[in-house]
Amino acid sequence: MKPLLDVKNLTMDFGGLRALNNISLDVKADEIVALIGPNGAGKTTFFNCITGIYNPTAGDIFITPPGKKHQRINGLKVHKVTERGLARTFQNIRLFPDMTVLENVMVARHCRSRAGVTGAVLRDRTTREEEEAIVNKSYEILKMIGLSDTVNFLAKNLPYGAQRRLEIARAMATDPFLLLLDEPAAGMNPRETDELEALISRIRCKEKIAILMIEHDMRIVMSISDRIIVLDYGEKIAEGTAAEIRENPVVIKAYLGEEIHD
Amino acid sequence: MKIYQGFKQSSVLALWFMFLTFPILVIRVNTIEKVIEWRWQNMFYIGIGSFVISFVWRYLMKKTASVNKRSDSEKTESKPLIQRLQEEPKIYRPAMIILGAAALAFPFLLSTYQVNIMTTALMYVVLALGLNIVVGQAGLLHLGYAAFYAAGAYTYALLHYHFGIGFWTALPLGGLTAALFGIFLGFPVLRLRGDYLAIVTLGFGEITRLVLENWNDFSFGPSGISGIPRPGFFGIELNLQQATIYLYFLVIALCLFTIFVVRRLQNSRIGRAWLALREDEIACQAMGIDKTKVKMTAFALGSTWAGLVGVIFAAKTTFVNPASFTFLESAMILSMVVLGGMGSILGVALGAFLLILLPEYLRAFSDYRMLLFGIIMVLMMVFRPQGMISGIRRTYEYHGKETDHYETPAGR
Repeated sequence: MKPLLDVKNLTMDFGGLRALNNISLDVKADEIVALIGPNGAGKTTFFNCITGIYNPTAGDIFITPPGKKHQRINGLKVHKVTERGLARTFQNIRLFPDMTVLENVMVARHCRSRAGVTGAVLRDRTTREEEEAIVNKSYEILKMIGLSDTVNFLAKNLPYGAQRRLEIARAMATDPFLLLLDEPAAGMNPRETDELEALISRIRCKEKIAILMIEHDMRIVMSISDRIIVLDYGEKIAEGTAAEIRENPVVIKAYLGEEIHD
Repeated sequence: MKIYQGFKQSSVLALWFMFLTFPILVIRVNTIEKVIEWRWQNMFYIGIGSFVISFVWRYLMKKTASVNKRSDSEKTESKPLIQRLQEEPKIYRPAMIILGAAALAFPFLLSTYQVNIMTTALMYVVLALGLNIVVGQAGLLHLGYAAFYAAGAYTYALLHYHFGIGFWTALPLGGLTAALFGIFLGFPVLRLRGDYLAIVTLGFGEITRLVLENWNDFSFGPSGISGIPRPGFFGIELNLQQATIYLYFLVIALCLFTIFVVRRLQNSRIGRAWLALREDEIACQAMGIDKTKVKMTAFALGSTWAGLVGVIFAAKTTFVNPASFTFLESAMILSMVVLGGMGSILGVALGAFLLILLPEYLRAFSDYRMLLFGIIMVLMMVFRPQGMISGIRRTYEYHGKETDHYETPAGR
C-alpha cells in the first residue's frame, strides 16, 4: 500500500536562501509522525509547501487518499489541497475571532457542502438538510474535542488551550485523511499537554486520521510518535523511532552543539 | 489631588484653545472703516466652553475604558439590550406591526414632500445594506460604490433613450449590469486588501464618473439624460402625487426584499465564508474556501443592490447626470454602514435613516451640517467604534441524536 503522503526531494528557495534542501519523507496510514528541529530549521516552511501556501522550487508531493488514486499536489491552491484531504493548524493561532466556536467549525465544512446563493435565499429542502447536517457534524466534532460547553462563545473569548483545541476541531471538520499540526502544544501547561496527547491518540484510533506534527515539547513527541524526523538548516538529518532519535549523535549535535576537544 | 490635576489639565487646554481661536474669533478687521474690532467676549466663551467640554470628555473616556476592560475579562457573553429586545417576541411582534402600519399609512397622512424624503431614505437603506455585504460581511473596504449605483441608473436611462425600454424590464437589467461591473472590478483587486483595495476601488469609482462626464457620445456628458419615465402601473397614467406614493411603496417592497435576502445570506454557507474571509484570509483558505469565488460573490451581490436602486433613482428623478455619483455619495453610504454597525442589518438601516433624515429635518442648521456630521463621526469612532448596533452572531441548537461514544474521560 502506498503511503498517504509521499514527499520526494522537496526544495524551497526564497531568493538566494535555500529554506528546504532535498527533503524526502512519507507518512503511512494510521501513523503519527513528528517533525522536529531547532528554530529556523524549515519545519513550518515544509508545512506551507505541502498545503499550497508556497509553491516549492523543486521536488514532488504525492498523496494517496484512502480509496482514491495516487496524485501529485504541487502548486495546487490552498483550498484545493484542503479539499483533497490535508488539513492543518497554525503555529500562531489563526481562528476567526469574532465568530462563535460552532461557526468556526461550521466554516470548515464549506468544502464538503454545496449550497450556493440561490439555495441560501430560497432555503429549499436540500439546503436546510445540508445546514442541519453541518450543524450536527460540527457539534459532534466539538463534543469529541471537549468544547461542547462553549459552542456559542466567541472564539476570541476562549482560554488559550481551548483555542488550540478549537483549531484542531476546525481542521477535523474538513474531513481530512491527514492532519498537519503546527506546534499544537505550544504555550500549554503540563495538564493541557496531557489532554492534547490523549486527544491526538484518540483522533488516530477512532477517526483513522494520520498525523504529521511539528512540536517542540519533547515529552509529547517522544511518547506518541511512531516515527520522528529531524530537520536542521533545511536538511533532513535523521529519521527513526523515539529511542533511535534520542541516541542519534547528529541530532544531539544539532540541538546541543558540539563538544570541543583540544 | 485627582481633581486638582484635572483642573490643571482643563485650564491648559482652555488656554490653548483660546490662543488657537484668537485670530478667527476675536480679531475682526473692518476693511471699510479701517478699524479692528476686538471681540473679547468670544475668547471668554471659548475658554469656558473648552474647559467644561474637556471635563466631560475625560469622564466619557474613563467610562469607555472601564467598559472595554469589563467586556475583555468577561468570559460568558451577556447579550446586549437591543438583541434581547429583538429576541423577545412580546416586544418584537407589536413593534413590527406598529412599524408596518406606520409605513403603510405614512404616504396618505403626510405631504408629497415628506413621502419623497422617506423614499430617498429607504433607497439609501437598500444601498447601505448592499454595501454592507462587501464591507461589513466580507471585510473588503470599498470606496467606489457609487459607480455601481451609476451603472444601474445609466442602464435604465440609456436603454430607455435608445430602445424605449420600460422600468420593469430595466430593473433586473440594471441589477445585472451592476453585478457584471462588480465582477469586472473584482478581478483586478483579488489580491488586494485593506488600504490598497480602498485606493483601487476609489479610483474605479472616479474613473466611472469621469467616463460618464466626458464620453459625450455615450452618456451625453455633464448635461445628462432627461425625460426618463416613472414606473408604470399596469398601463395607467398616474399624476405626480400618485406616482410619488407608488414609488414609495415600490421602494418599501425592495427594502423588505433586500432585508429578506441579506438575512438569509448572512446565516448561510456563503455568509459564513464571507465572515471567515474578513476574519482571517489565510485560515479561511486553509479551511477549503475558494477565496476568489467568495470575493467575487460578495462584489457581485453587493453591486446588484446598487444597480437596482440606481434604476429606481433614475425613475424617481426622471433625470440622471454624473454629478449624482460622486465620491461623496460613496463616502456617505460607507458612513451609514460604519455608523450603523458593520454586519448588523438593523444598525445599517438605522444609520441610513439617520444620515438622510437628520440633514433634511435640520435644515435650520444647514450651514453647520458638514461640521455636525464630522463631529458625530469623530465621537462615534472614539466612543463606539463598532457602530450603533453591533452584529449579532447566530446561535444554533443541536438536533442530532445523542452520540456519546465520543465523550471522553476528563484528562487521562
